[in-house]
Amino acid sequence: MVAKQLSVFIENRQGRLGEVLNVLKTNGVNILSLSLADTTEYGLLRLIVNNPELGKTKLAEEGFSTMLTSVLVLKINHEAGSLQGLLKTLSDNNINVEYMYGLSIDGEEASVVLKASDLVKAEEILLKTGVKTLSSDDILSL
Amino acid sequence: MIWSKEETLSREEIEKIQLERLQETVNRVYEKVAPYRAKMDAVGVKPEDIKSLKDLAKLPFVTKQDMRDNYPFGLFAVPRSELVRIHASSGTTGKPTVVGYTENDLKTWTECVSRIACMGGASKDDVAQICFGYGMFTGALGLHYGLENIGATIVPSSTGNSEKQIMYMKDFETTLLVATPSYALRLAEVAREMGVDPAKDLKVKIGLVGSELLTDAMREEMYKAWGKDMLVTSNYGMSELMGPGVSGECEYLCGMHINEDYFIPEIINPETGEVLPVGEKGELVITCIKKEGIPLIRYRTKDITRLMYEKCKCGRTFCRMENLSGRSDDMLKIRGVNVFPSQIEEVILGFEELGPHYEIIVTREGYTDKLEIRVELAQSTDSFGELEKLSNGVRNKLKVMLGLDAKVKLESPNTLQRFEGKAKRIKDLRSK
Repeated sequence: MVAKQLSVFIENRQGRLGEVLNVLKTNGVNILSLSLADTTEYGLLRLIVNNPELGKTKLAEEGFSTMLTSVLVLKINHEAGSLQGLLKTLSDNNINVEYMYGLSIDGEEASVVLKASDLVKAEEILLKTGVKTLSSDDILSL
Repeated sequence: MIWSKEETLSREEIEKIQLERLQETVNRVYEKVAPYRAKMDAVGVKPEDIKSLKDLAKLPFVTKQDMRDNYPFGLFAVPRSELVRIHASSGTTGKPTVVGYTENDLKTWTECVSRIACMGGASKDDVAQICFGYGMFTGALGLHYGLENIGATIVPSSTGNSEKQIMYMKDFETTLLVATPSYALRLAEVAREMGVDPAKDLKVKIGLVGSELLTDAMREEMYKAWGKDMLVTSNYGMSELMGPGVSGECEYLCGMHINEDYFIPEIINPETGEVLPVGEKGELVITCIKKEGIPLIRYRTKDITRLMYEKCKCGRTFCRMENLSGRSDDMLKIRGVNVFPSQIEEVILGFEELGPHYEIIVTREGYTDKLEIRVELAQSTDSFGELEKLSNGVRNKLKVMLGLDAKVKLESPNTLQRFEGKAKRIKDLRSK
């Protein structure tokens, strides 16, 4: 089960991130998690939100280069080594992780957002090892 | 349709008319325009020395500076009371250049633009929306009277209020668009924002674009934006010479036919002023041979092109000038390399991932010139790899085209400035 991530291209310019957040706020789009990566020229803002489609439409209307990206949201045990084990499984199967960031920690469980070179294969392998994946709807009930 | 029989005269007949009119014009300005007489006396040329078209090269050049020095009416060949209209160039640097028209001049102008409109496929059945700014600028009124003369229905919507422009196009079923290429692309953008697909929902089939150069890549963008069956032709002119109507492309898109019974073109080396052989690229120099108000002789246009005299498939015999490769004063010298903005544009338009708007920024760090190109993303991505590949791709293509390393900066859509008239895409921040 893949989830939708909202990705936004942002030039490195003062106030630009604030403009994105302002569009989301105005349209009632709530952010559950985010990752911001940057070079000296520009950044990519990756967001897990409650309504990715609405976020994309509204941001595009305001002139932002934005898209929905399929990612895996994985539920793992909240203990030392569980993430390492997961990555080893992927690496053993020649799957490359493009980026990853945390989503939530809740008692004994944690969840992470992961983008891999081959998302379908990554999910197939991880499911076999007992890892659970969450859909966009599942995320809302976290 | 060919508007006038003059457009198909033999070379011999054209040259006969040109010589007669040139001699008459030179006589007239020598007698009536003091600055001309002074210039000719300074090089020792008398009107009677002009015995053949070759003798044109003996006459001194006229430049924009001459027009400024004689601001406003010093180069006029008729008393002010004979003038029925005055136009002026924008005058972005200093005083504007002023031109005046007699009643006959306006008739000539209308005739010249009528021919150009017909070359571009216009007819009396067209609804022509003129999205050039009306006012002192010659573009709008020139096209206005020429198109009206051939019987088209004119919508003088001028520039600005782009949503309303689209509404007119839809409701009046506009078939012909007059605009700068960059404004035409902007209008297509606005239409799409309004949910109107210019190719499907509008009836615009003819584009007469001018006042900026139209590169092949820009023409492709026009087809993409307005539909493949559109005929986009460029036309050329400048207020000093008359306004639009000096030359225009026919449906074969192989250069712009010059109205040679009114204008004599020459190509010179912009640095030495020497006349170049036919076919070579250089600065276009134009002599107006049927103008009364302000008949300019050997006016240096600063536009870079070359002339072609081979017969055109359309049947017109007037020579053609290649679509401009730039202006000698737009030309940037970066690290000693001559760079025309049109070359950069061609590279950018070759990338689907990028939009057609761009900005060129030249700075100097220490003793080194730095070139930076800002472009807008047209397609979204979630990967740094792809963004890097794209900017490196543009950088490599620029290196091949210009022999220069440039910094490429990617921007969000709609962040660069849009222009309704001539686009100003170059920022040269080097201290002079």
